[in-house]
Amino acid sequence: MTEDCDGEEKDEETRRWSPGQGGSSSSSSRGGGSGTSASSPFKNRCVRGRVDQPPPFSGQVLENVLENVLQFLPCRRDRNASSLVCRSWYRAEARTRLELFIGNCYAVSPARALGRFRCARALVLKGRPRFADFNLVPVGWGARFSPWVAAMAAAYPWLERVCLKRMTVSDADLALLARSFSSFRDLTLICCDGFGTPGLAAVAELCRNLRVLDLIENDVEDEDEEVVDWISRFPETDTRLESLSFECVNCPVNFAALEALVARSPSLRRLRVNQHVSVGQLRCLMVRAPQLTHLGSGSFETVPVADGAAELDVAELESSFVASKSLVCLSGFRMVAPEYLPAIYPVCAGLVSLNLSYAMTTAEQLKPVILRCHNLQTFWVLDTVGDEGLRAAAKTCKHLRELRVFPFEATEDSESAVSDAGLVAISEGCQKLRSILYFCQRMTNAAVVTMSKNCQDLVVFRLCIMGRHRPDHITGEPMDEGFGAIVMNCKKLTRLAVSGLLTDKVFEYIAKYGKLVRTLSVAFAGNSDLSLRYVLEGCHKLQKLEIRDSPFGDAGLLSGIHHYYNMRFLWMNSCKLSLRGCKEVAQRLPRLVVEVFGDQNKELDGDAVEKLYLYRSLVGPRDDVPSFVKIL
Amino acid sequence: MDGGVGYADMDALKATELRLGLPGSHPPEKPLPTTTTTARPTKRSLDEDRAARRETSEGGRATSARATKAQVVGWPPIRSYRKNSFQAMKATAEAAGLYVKVSMDGAPYLRKIDLEVYKGYRELREALEDMFKCFEGCKGSEYAITYEDKDGDLMLVGDVPWEMFTSSCKKLRIIRGAEAIRGLGSSQ
Repeated sequence: MTEDCDGEEKDEETRRWSPGQGGSSSSSSRGGGSGTSASSPFKNRCVRGRVDQPPPFSGQVLENVLENVLQFLPCRRDRNASSLVCRSWYRAEARTRLELFIGNCYAVSPARALGRFRCARALVLKGRPRFADFNLVPVGWGARFSPWVAAMAAAYPWLERVCLKRMTVSDADLALLARSFSSFRDLTLICCDGFGTPGLAAVAELCRNLRVLDLIENDVEDEDEEVVDWISRFPETDTRLESLSFECVNCPVNFAALEALVARSPSLRRLRVNQHVSVGQLRCLMVRAPQLTHLGSGSFETVPVADGAAELDVAELESSFVASKSLVCLSGFRMVAPEYLPAIYPVCAGLVSLNLSYAMTTAEQLKPVILRCHNLQTFWVLDTVGDEGLRAAAKTCKHLRELRVFPFEATEDSESAVSDAGLVAISEGCQKLRSILYFCQRMTNAAVVTMSKNCQDLVVFRLCIMGRHRPDHITGEPMDEGFGAIVMNCKKLTRLAVSGLLTDKVFEYIAKYGKLVRTLSVAFAGNSDLSLRYVLEGCHKLQKLEIRDSPFGDAGLLSGIHHYYNMRFLWMNSCKLSLRGCKEVAQRLPRLVVEVFGDQNKELDGDAVEKLYLYRSLVGPRDDVPSFVKIL
Repeated sequence: MDGGVGYADMDALKATELRLGLPGSHPPEKPLPTTTTTARPTKRSLDEDRAARRETSEGGRATSARATKAQVVGWPPIRSYRKNSFQAMKATAEAAGLYVKVSMDGAPYLRKIDLEVYKGYRELREALEDMFKCFEGCKGSEYAITYEDKDGDLMLVGDVPWEMFTSSCKKLRIIRGAEAIRGLGSSQ
């Protein structure tokens, strides 16, 4: 089949570049051709061949068959592979790709992406590098949604879903989105900024088919006078809402409007409210929507009650949980009053996911809850529960897949109640663990080695020893052996974050054993350029490398020249890079965009490079570069 | 930068270094490049600064280690969204205060004060004097400030360290007149 395609391919090329030829009667050309059929998705799905026309040439039939087959391929990596087979497959795949995933918004331009994939109905777009979450990327760096939404308004009138991560989305963008797509149904914004309640109001009011509005950890800023009652803007009729998450919208909501909205949303399954919803109000919402599967519980305490209203009885709250028989995911607990926590006991046995990471629960408060959660697979918690709390979780949660332990005091010198003991307990109790994020102050190589042996299914291992350069707190040794054991024993590992006192040795291990590692995060580690060289030469699957405050210089940077086109990005800040080295990379790799920048208000001076962000791109340097960024 | 130097050694060295200067300030760092400037001049980072400064000035609250070591930008790697949520929580916790009743012999009604507002015994004494000035009467007699602790015992204020006092004090009682003199005896 491939040969046939190639043969026809050449004919197709000749036909396209020779305007004199053409038409469907010639035996060496095909009817229709790909150029015209790409204009509308509906036409492609129609059966080809009318009675008065000669039957379509076999090539055309094959493309149609291919399109029908490719529709069953949802996975983008499979689609990428199939598009490389030949031009015909490329075109067929491009016509049938429904979800467009763009991991770096600057790797391609809206025009180019939309030009290739003319039938997409969903867009997933990621912008800023992850270290932007930690204030390492100055404000105004870029990743604006505006050019994308403007292009899509023209090209994708049938757009249904948009998911953005670390992008800047303005109220105007949201308004344009709401106006332009009549079938729009799902909007998910993660770690975005630039918008406020006016934008949300536009979405609520104009997206009549809205099913999902998930706002996750966004920076929603409103000037006090400009707060809009966006909840009231949803249509008065029954809605199709399935999911509504607004924990990050940090302003009071019109509760009466929210309650009414929930009451007229029969499909609602996921509701996550912000901390301005008290536990008494939450109960009202739960009564309205007993079919919820995912609940974000808001403050979970009684804010000053309205005049005359009685304080909520724990037993009353518990009865609401008893009635919510479908709950599998519980989060929120932003200000949790400990006496209300037992109200959730009735649903614990059914919980698959529990997020207590904003609740300052002690081990004693956690135990009765966690001991009931036999089916828990995802558990996010604060380190206030201590090693003892983790032991309790390890005892019960035999099916745990993902654990995240966040620090209550996120400073280098804080006392943390979790340590190597907690890690060992988890590894012994939860051997099916796939993903762990663990913040602590005291760790040992032995504990990490134990985890590497007990939890062989680990795919994500992120350990953050908060004090910089901290060694094994018992032996005083660097943490090389621990992380080495992780890459050696956990053969499925794709994501790794290292911390503590680390020498070049750990990178040698990572290079040697971490053959599947795609994402690596490094901070305050290593002794020399050797570390960087090991990783760039040894980790063949490496896609995302983010490094801060490590003594890696130009030599290390240049050792990755052979690999940078295979990566999504490399980020380095506060290392030992110079302009000379970065320029050399830029010169030798023309399809790489090499951005160099310092802090927002300082001009780039001298030869030292404070921040480097490089990424492959099909469209060269972007045109929205702020003054503090220099593209080499 | 020397490749072979252990960073733990340098930190230990820094900790023992004697220097003149206010806590929280320290001479420019040596070659080890750390990002100490704030990349994002938003209101949040200012709040963090203020919170940090407030913590270091309150008696007994901040550890000295935190005051002398510069906080590096974006480390530990916690999203500002989460950090801000906790600040709000801590602020409300702080706002809750440690309110205790204060009774004074002969006064018709009691008062309530927030012990967290005061840095030590002298401030507390001055505040109480101020508060109960109107009830002094023309006698201007001796008085003793006592408190009821966790076990229910009546204790004289001032014997134990301030932090221990604030954590165990349930209510205050100002004893006046003859009783006060008798109770204090030679201990004053």
